[in-house]
Parts: sequence; structure tokens; C-alpha cells
Amino acid sequence: MLFKENVILALRSLKSNKMRAFLTMLGIIIGVSAVIAILTVGNSITKNVTSMMNGLGANDVFIAVQEKKNSTETEDEIKALKVDGLNFGKSSSSTKMQQSDYITTEMIYSMCEEFKDEIYAVNIYDQLGNADVAYEGKKAKNSVVGTSVGFYLSNSVDVVEGTMFSPSDFDEGKYTCLIPTYTAKRLFGKNYKDAIGQEITAETSYGDVLLTVIGVYKTNGRNGMMMQMGTSIHSTYVPLKTAMALDHSSGQYSFFQVSAKDGINPNSLKGKVKSFLEPYFRNNARYTVAVVTYENILNMFYKLLGMITLAISIIAGIALLVGGIGVMNIMLVSVTERTREIGTRKALGARNSSIRAQFIVEAVIICLIGGIIGVVFGILMGNVASYFLGYPADPSILGIVISLGVSSAVGLFFGYFPANKAARLNPIEALRYE
Amino acid sequence: MIMDNGLNPASENNKEYVIRLKDIVKKFYIGRPNELEILHGISMDVKRGEFVSIVGPSGSGKSTLMNVIGVLDKPTSGTYYLDGINVEEADEDELSDIRNQKIGFVFQTYNLISKTTALSNVELPMLYAGVSARKRRERAMELLSLVEMEDRAKHLPEELSGGQKQRVAIARAMANSPAIILADEPTGALDTKTGRLVMDIFHKLHKEQGITIVLITHSPELAKETERILPLRDGNIIYGGDSPDLSAV
Repeated sequence: MLFKENVILALRSLKSNKMRAFLTMLGIIIGVSAVIAILTVGNSITKNVTSMMNGLGANDVFIAVQEKKNSTETEDEIKALKVDGLNFGKSSSSTKMQQSDYITTEMIYSMCEEFKDEIYAVNIYDQLGNADVAYEGKKAKNSVVGTSVGFYLSNSVDVVEGTMFSPSDFDEGKYTCLIPTYTAKRLFGKNYKDAIGQEITAETSYGDVLLTVIGVYKTNGRNGMMMQMGTSIHSTYVPLKTAMALDHSSGQYSFFQVSAKDGINPNSLKGKVKSFLEPYFRNNARYTVAVVTYENILNMFYKLLGMITLAISIIAGIALLVGGIGVMNIMLVSVTERTREIGTRKALGARNSSIRAQFIVEAVIICLIGGIIGVVFGILMGNVASYFLGYPADPSILGIVISLGVSSAVGLFFGYFPANKAARLNPIEALRYE
Repeated sequence: MIMDNGLNPASENNKEYVIRLKDIVKKFYIGRPNELEILHGISMDVKRGEFVSIVGPSGSGKSTLMNVIGVLDKPTSGTYYLDGINVEEADEDELSDIRNQKIGFVFQTYNLISKTTALSNVELPMLYAGVSARKRRERAMELLSLVEMEDRAKHLPEELSGGQKQRVAIARAMANSPAIILADEPTGALDTKTGRLVMDIFHKLHKEQGITIVLITHSPELAKETERILPLRDGNIIYGGDSPDLSAV
């Protein structure tokens, strides 16, 4: 009955004290916007990764040389991945890997022979590290990666201009390259059709190399995932043989990728690959192979995302708590300031419950408005963050609803005590209050 | 009118009387064993349609008596019937409702709700009574024109003079057609001329609308204007006739 009037009253009270109201809301705004921002980013990443997973790449198994841990359980492999941060396939040890610690071409060949009914393609990478890729003075940071014929077979990237490597590129180790759209735009401008056939300079740690651009590619799920987890978002690809000629490696790899044939469960292939390769490392004191599937990586990724979300939620929770205490504080001040008004209202026939409702509604409105501002601000931040991550933003409706609900609950909870104090004022004393 | 201090026990619910106080004692406890008795067994009635004044110097117990009559406070002992309702039996919510329905307060300091228009102030008691928005507005405008404040309906209290504020407060006191208007030094904060205007409004309401008014004041001059004077001194009503002997005050 009095609800509408209480809302009007609360809004009027806030309007007459805008600065104070805003400062009171600040804690709520910060808490809610943090939650909404992280949910927006998390949601968009999760959706993208999941669609990648569903569309492509689900058949892939990744094999990397990893430092030996006391246990060989999958859980530990994933932990090892985490310890390595996003550098799957690279040694985290300060001591250098020895020749005998690498996976050799022979191992890969015999493995392919063993599981030829299950393996569709093998994709070997030889990473030349980060390099500036330059054309006519314009530069872009890229990582230069040598890649094998399996890369071609498993359609790891979508070529949008020019062509994919031909078998002869791989066989002869030609100085050709595929560049990502990002690099193409940086070097050749928006209309990067002209890039095809141009020679660019890759300033690698093995020296400057002239490479002919044969194609521009767009990262797709399969490759995008791995490259983002592995080295750099932007990779310039060269044929494996070319890379090996540059870094003088002789068929030793710390990392490669196997695509299972359609209908083959990558998890069972994973087990087989693992038991096949492990004996090679049985006598190696320091290293062994770690094998993970796309699913493992995704789970790890989800787990990581979940942890980040949890951490930010805890911070947001603390912000909401502090904000709530701020609201309580201001409401107590407001009750004291309006003691006479409360006395008058009581004299005019307001029941204790009416007074209580009035102040609770005011506290809830403060928090709700703070929550709404927080949601708007959070979506904005989430959009900006998603933009820089290169995913479409995807605000979580459920998150917004819950945030507003929690804001209201904070108002209700922290508004109750001051409101009750107001309700229980003695009308005579309140009327006499100066 | 004869001496009217004692109650006729057979007529406690008599509709003729709006206020019936019998042997009202009010003590304040300032931590045992110190208790301070402010009212020492006051008995008085007010008939429907009367304009009476309770007059006394400061410290006589006026405020305490007003709080009891206005059911802002309960007496320590004694009985109080307001418009036939035994106030003693009422719980806190019922006391709120009694104040809302039966009493119209007019304070010395006006006590209008700030940042709220004159109109909304007049509507307030009706809001607590659950009157619909449309009816509230109609009645509030009606009351504002009764006190000749209809052209100030949308003004905030801050924009009104003292006399104007008090007129709005009187309109607010009338909102729920209460049994009595309880005016506590209504001219105390006003200059003589404006105070005169406010008193004229009370007389007008009393004559034209037959409203029961209890005026609480320290001023014998104002008290003389009323139909009956109840002089209060040291917590006792010392005389309650219709031919007041103000030498006692």
C-alpha cells in the first residue's frame, strides 16, 4: 500500500543528497561491475571455446615432453600444464633439455605405423620463437613456426587469401609463409590481397629470413586454441623443413599434435599414444611425455576460468560487504538527521512497520540503483575486455539478474538495522530532538 | 457549565465526551529509587465540540499532559477514554491508529516534513490511513482551501512563512477528521499578528465545523479566547470551570 509512496520518498531523499548517495553506492557499484565484467568476459570466452570444441579440433591429441613428476596421473599432467602457465610443450626447467630428451622423428614414424588405422594426420611444430615480421618498414610481432604436412592435412587454419602450402613447399623446404590476418592488416593495410607473392622479412633469432607470402589465414578453432595456449596469438607459418634448416635441428621435437580419424575416440588414442611413447623415456631421469586431448585442455581451461571467476567473485563479495556497511552507516546518519521527521510521522499515525518499511525501501533503492549502475559499467568493461581478447562480448543475463538480486539483498540486510532503529524511536523524544 | 473535573462512572463511554481523564498519574523513573511524579492524579473531560485550553507555566506538566492526551505516552496509572476508546488497552500499533484517526496534532514548530510539498504534507495522515491517492488529493486540496493555502499547495515548507506553515499544519491535523485537534503552543513561534491569524483559523474551524480543540499554552491571553480553561499547576488541574480565575496561573 505504502510501497509506491516509499519509493517516491526514497528517490526524493536520494535526489536531495546526490553526492552522498553516489558515494554510498560506490562499493556496490564496484562489486557488481567487477562481477558483471568477469561474467561477460568469461561467458564469451567459454561460449567461443565450446563452439570451437564442438565444431573442430575435438579429434586432436597433443604430445609434449614434460619434466618428470613423481606421479604420472592425468591430474598431474594437467597440473604440470598449469605450472607451465600457457607454455604447454616447453620445458619449465632452468636446465636445458638434452638431445636425448626430445621426441625424435623415428619415434613419430613408428608410432604412426603402429596406429595407422587410428591416426589421420600428425602435425609437427618447430618453433623459431618470436620475431618481428617486416614489410617496407612496417612491422608486426609474430611467432615463427615451422609446420609439417599434417598441418595441411588437418585443416588447421582457414586460408582466406592465396593458398595453403603445397606438398612441394613441405618437401623442398621452400621459403614461403602463411601469415595471419592480423599481420596482413598491419603490413599491407586493410586490403591485404596484395600481400600474396610479396616478400617479407622475418627477423628471427637465427637471423633475418626472406619469406614469400603465399597465403593469409584466419585462425580457426583447432589451431587457434593451440596457438593461443602455446606461443602467441599471431603465428607466421613456414614449412617444417624450412624451419629446421634455420635452427639446424635434426628431427627433434618437444611438442607435436596428432589428429584421430573420424569415429576414433581421441581419449582412447591418447592412452595408446602415451603407452607407446612412454617406454622411450623410461630410462630418462628427468623427462617423460605428457599426452592430453582437447578435452583435457578445455577442462583445464574451464578450471582456470572458474578459479579466476571465483577469485573475482570473492573480491566482489568483499566490495559488496564493505558497500553494505557503508549503506548501513549512511542510513544510520539519515535516521539521526531525520529524527524529528520520524517523530512527526509517528504522531501523525505511522506505525512502526511503516517507518521501518520507509527506511528499508530507501536502503534497497540505494543498493539497487548502485547495482544497476554497476551492471551497466560491468557490461561496458566486459565489452572492452572481450574486444581486446577478440571475442564477441556475451553478457550473462542470469549474472545480471543475480547481481541485482544480491544488491537488493544487501540493501535489505544492511538497511534493516537502521530502519529498525528508526521504527523503535520513542515519538516524544523524537519530536523533541533538535 | 459547572465544575466538571470528576467523571461520572456510568458515562465512561458517553459519546458526549471526547476526552475523559480520571486520576491520571505520570511518573518518570530516573533510575530507582528516584522517581519523578509529574502529574498527580488529573481528572478532566472535554465535551464534543468544545474549545478548551490547558494553561500553565513551564514546568507545570503541560507537555506531559499533552503527550498523554495525544496518546504519545501512556499514563502510569489512571484511565483515559478517547472518543470512547480505552487507551490503556491499546497496543503500540493501535496507539498509532488512534493518533492517526482520532487526533490532529498542531505543533509549535509546525513539524512539516521537509522537501515534501504542502499538499503531500496534508495527505500524509491519510496515506497512513490507507486512503486512495485520488481521495487523498481531493481532501487535501479541500483542507488547504479551508486554511486559504490552496495556491501554495505545490510549495515546499522551506518556501513558506511561519504563519503559512502553521496553516498547512492545521490542514494536515484535520486530514482524517479527528475527534480532537491538539494544539501545542501553536502561536509560540509566530509574531503577534500572524499568531492572531492562526488563532482566527482555530475559531473558524471550531465555529463553522464544530471541531473539538484542545489548546495547550502558557499564555493566559490566548487561553481567555477559549470556551473553558483548565489551569495546570505543579501537575494538578486547579480549576476547571467555564468562568476562569486566571489569578491562579
